[in-house]
Amino acid sequence: MKRDIILAGVGGQGILSIAAVIGMAAVESGLYLKQAEVHGMSQRGGAVQSHLRISDKPISSDLIPVGSCDMILSVEPMEALRYLPFLAPDGWVVTSSKPFENIKDYPTEASLFEEIRRVQNHVIIDAYSIAKEIGSQKVSNMVMLGAASDYLGISQESLEGALNLLFGRKGEEVVQLNKEALKAGKQGVRI
Amino acid sequence: MKGLVLLGDEAIGQGALDAGLSGVYAYPGTPSTEITEFIQGSKEARERQVHAQWSANEKTAMEAGLGMSYAGKRAMVCMKHVGLNVAADAFINAGMTGVNGGLVVVVADDPSMHSSQNEQDSRFYGKFAMIPVLEPATQQEAYDMTRYGFELSEKFALPVLLRITTRLAHSRSAVQRSEIRKENGLRLPADLKQFILLPSLARQRFKLLLSLQEKLEVESGESGFNRLEQGEDPGLGIIACGLSYNYYREVATAEGLKHPLLKISQYPVPAELLNAFVKQVDRVLVLEEGAPLLEESLTGVLHNNYRIGGRLNGLLPRDGELDPLLVKKALDIPTAMVREVPEIVKNRPPALCKGCGHIDMYHALNEALEPYTPGRVFSDIGCYTLGALPPYNAINTCVDMGASVTMAKGASDAGLRPAVAVIGDSTFTHSGMTGLLDAVVEQTPVTVIISDNSTTGMTGGQKSHATNRILEICRGIGVEQEHIRVMDPLKKHHEKNREMIAEELAYEGVSVIVAQRECIQTASRRLRKEKSKKAAS
Repeated sequence: MKRDIILAGVGGQGILSIAAVIGMAAVESGLYLKQAEVHGMSQRGGAVQSHLRISDKPISSDLIPVGSCDMILSVEPMEALRYLPFLAPDGWVVTSSKPFENIKDYPTEASLFEEIRRVQNHVIIDAYSIAKEIGSQKVSNMVMLGAASDYLGISQESLEGALNLLFGRKGEEVVQLNKEALKAGKQGVRI
Repeated sequence: MKGLVLLGDEAIGQGALDAGLSGVYAYPGTPSTEITEFIQGSKEARERQVHAQWSANEKTAMEAGLGMSYAGKRAMVCMKHVGLNVAADAFINAGMTGVNGGLVVVVADDPSMHSSQNEQDSRFYGKFAMIPVLEPATQQEAYDMTRYGFELSEKFALPVLLRITTRLAHSRSAVQRSEIRKENGLRLPADLKQFILLPSLARQRFKLLLSLQEKLEVESGESGFNRLEQGEDPGLGIIACGLSYNYYREVATAEGLKHPLLKISQYPVPAELLNAFVKQVDRVLVLEEGAPLLEESLTGVLHNNYRIGGRLNGLLPRDGELDPLLVKKALDIPTAMVREVPEIVKNRPPALCKGCGHIDMYHALNEALEPYTPGRVFSDIGCYTLGALPPYNAINTCVDMGASVTMAKGASDAGLRPAVAVIGDSTFTHSGMTGLLDAVVEQTPVTVIISDNSTTGMTGGQKSHATNRILEICRGIGVEQEHIRVMDPLKKHHEKNREMIAEELAYEGVSVIVAQRECIQTASRRLRKEKSKKAAS
């Protein structure tokens, strides 16, 4: 078992929380993990990504080699496209449909979806609306994790356990909200 | 693989604590910040009262670490690569004095300049200081080598440089801890003159340092961190330093390569080990994450050894960090067609946060400067460096910590009036204060704007030494009271702020304008914390 995933989004969208949940759950399930992330300057509203690798065998590189990524999991549609060179020929793009427009020349939604649909294996999810319905758009990231969860090879139980660990400090309410988002994402409304 | 899931930085923090660390000294700097933050957040460290407060700059950190070592305890000093330039005086001379308690200096380099102004390779500093250098490839090695670093430091009574790069600093993996060692007790050096570098004594210390070099090479050969991995295909041999080992292993596993490999993680590298390896293969590819330090010493300055290649002969790019694809290309393995980034994807550069005080400060400054020709704003290292980008286009320089004040002074000396410096609060107490003193002594006409957000913002909001001290510091340095001005950088005060800056630009002497507004990120974190505290009670 080996999964190479690129998590993508904009600074502040909760990419690193997705990475932390998968990471904790993977290690708890006895898998090997390497997860490279971006800190520092780019976190100020810039493009942020994390290379996440899980496997039942030891992993060498902290970075996913170009052309071999199994999935790009993105909280933002333009960011999903930024890492296409990494995607394996049969890889998946799983993305939220909600644009984060903080630049002047942001492309049209239609052109973005057109490009995403060019990738044979793609899933576009209205994570923003789903998260809002649950209670907060902030958990869009966990909706996206839920959408990808079947593919991860990690049990729902382990992911929920990781949510307990990660958000426990912030109180039961926050933990529950994130768990609901995870479930809703799994059931997913696809566009 | 179970264990703690740690960033490379955090593994170093944990390794140091488990090795009996008594104090960490550091100034925040990407990608090194999380080492100290990990220790600050550690319950064990708090219970043991391990020193973990930030220092004013890397030099004060280095010296305090050396002082703790003098007193017999184990100390660690952490910084980013350019921080070592600031600490260099203390660092190089610590090689001369040697240490008492173990002293590990961790320097995190940033090849590809993700968050830095250059990509200098700190291994050169280790070589320059003639001290051992460790270069882990994995998070587990980062943990193990930090522990070993303290042993090594005490064995040879020398500081040890632990060099990592961004990719390891900010990548997580599982780490197994080993037994926790007790901290050292207070124990002064056996020779109370060891740390006195008077020329007569320094000459003796230098001879001692020179005499240790051979022993350090032997140690590098025996520690197990430099190791030979045999292979059936001696047509090519790989020398992989630090993290680059991972990239070769990745490609070798995927492609079924069987080249002999020499993994280098400890310096000085024994010449014998290199010699024997180079002899057993036809050609050598040297992989280094950073500058071609080892490659150059193998090929010599004449580059006339055509069997050896890497960054110097174009097999690998001369700049930037490595990755599996670059290693694959250097091995001449064809790569499959990959998808391209669609043209509609636009850059999303970092930007100042909505509601940031630097924004209003820049709007006021830009307007105040309208009557003058452009090109007179000297800035510094921090979030406000983003003032270089549109829509502000407000600054003309960003060189090193503190350079805003001194460069403005030099330009003013040359006749540029007005000359403006823009510096953050934490950068000001890091290295701006001494430059301000230079200007005050000569009454050089400069306008220094200290954009005070009461935190070290760019690295994630660490405590700033400047908080609540700036006005007193400026007064103490000798800036005239009537030319120390305070502004509230808010849109509603724009006109007042513009006028204030314009007045000081016209003053033929030293002015300081402190633009004071809490960082929006720290403020919202503080409010959230207060809210949850309130809810709990």
